Amino acid sequence: MPVKVLIVDDSKLARIVAGRALAALKPDWERVEAAEAGEALALVEAGGIDAVLLDYNMPGKDGLALAEELRAAHRAMPIAVITANVQDEVIARARAIGASFIAKPLTEEGLRGFVSGAALRLRSGGA
Amino acid sequence: MSAPLTALERDALTELVNIGVSRAAASLRKMVGAEVLLSVPSVEVIGHRRAAALIGEREAGELVAVMQEFSGAFHGRAMLLFPQANGLELVRAVLGESMAEADAVGMETEALAETGNVILNSCLATMANMLKRSLTMSLPRVVRGEGTFLLAAEGEEGLVLFLYINFSVRDRSIRGYIAMVMDLTSLEALKELVRDFIERVMGDEGA
Repeated sequence: MPVKVLIVDDSKLARIVAGRALAALKPDWERVEAAEAGEALALVEAGGIDAVLLDYNMPGKDGLALAEELRAAHRAMPIAVITANVQDEVIARARAIGASFIAKPLTEEGLRGFVSGAALRLRSGGA
Repeated sequence: MSAPLTALERDALTELVNIGVSRAAASLRKMVGAEVLLSVPSVEVIGHRRAAALIGEREAGELVAVMQEFSGAFHGRAMLLFPQANGLELVRAVLGESMAEADAVGMETEALAETGNVILNSCLATMANMLKRSLTMSLPRVVRGEGTFLLAAEGEEGLVLFLYINFSVRDRSIRGYIAMVMDLTSLEALKELVRDFIERVMGDEGA
């Protein structure tokens, strides 16, 4: 089964940018999108999501709070938080949750490390 | 309304502001040594009076504003606004707690101008880079008054593009707004650049 990645961002443009970068790196991976945390949690709950890319600054629940919730239920899931907010505390919280930190504006290069790591982790997990 | 934004243009502009302000927050964090929290940006095309009232309604007291005009492919005014009482607290956070009260008071205006300059430049430069246009920034001015007065300083009529975001500093009583106001002529020019930006980042999917 192909790897399925959930992209969560309140900006449609940002979701498209992330989707394109991901498609360039892993053309065979499937992509699904959510515009906010509640929708994202429902999609993950429904099953089949292997990894998630989360925007940080979203209305309602922010990306780090969402990452924390996802991490509690999915200990091994590759999670990345994408933001231009490169404050020490934001990066430290992402690390503490076990999420990767990726800088916005998102580029293929910026996403590459996370995607390679996620591919390895998912393979070794023997999904 | 002569220049409404399409849903995607508004989305792209909000995202540009979000990235600009997030970078600015990281700059401010370095200056104050504590985490800076941000709201989600608001992007609205509204009457000039309504824009002035938006902040005025929320802030009853006197405000301090650091203002800078920007010009280039589009022009407007960027502002860092916060309650008057927060001004000194921000200066103390930037200059360090060891500074004597009298010295902090004496340096307040200068320190606010410099702090505003760093934050507003960081925000606008990030946006300008993403839009692939350079912007020139005027020197910062520190102005005090009520929100309605500060935003209506030019006494313009008609519609404006009004962008704003709330910020606060964790564990300190510092909070305020980063705001930008542009008139409709600038909005037309900005829309053009936002469309180019959308095309660049979306490629064939933007078609």
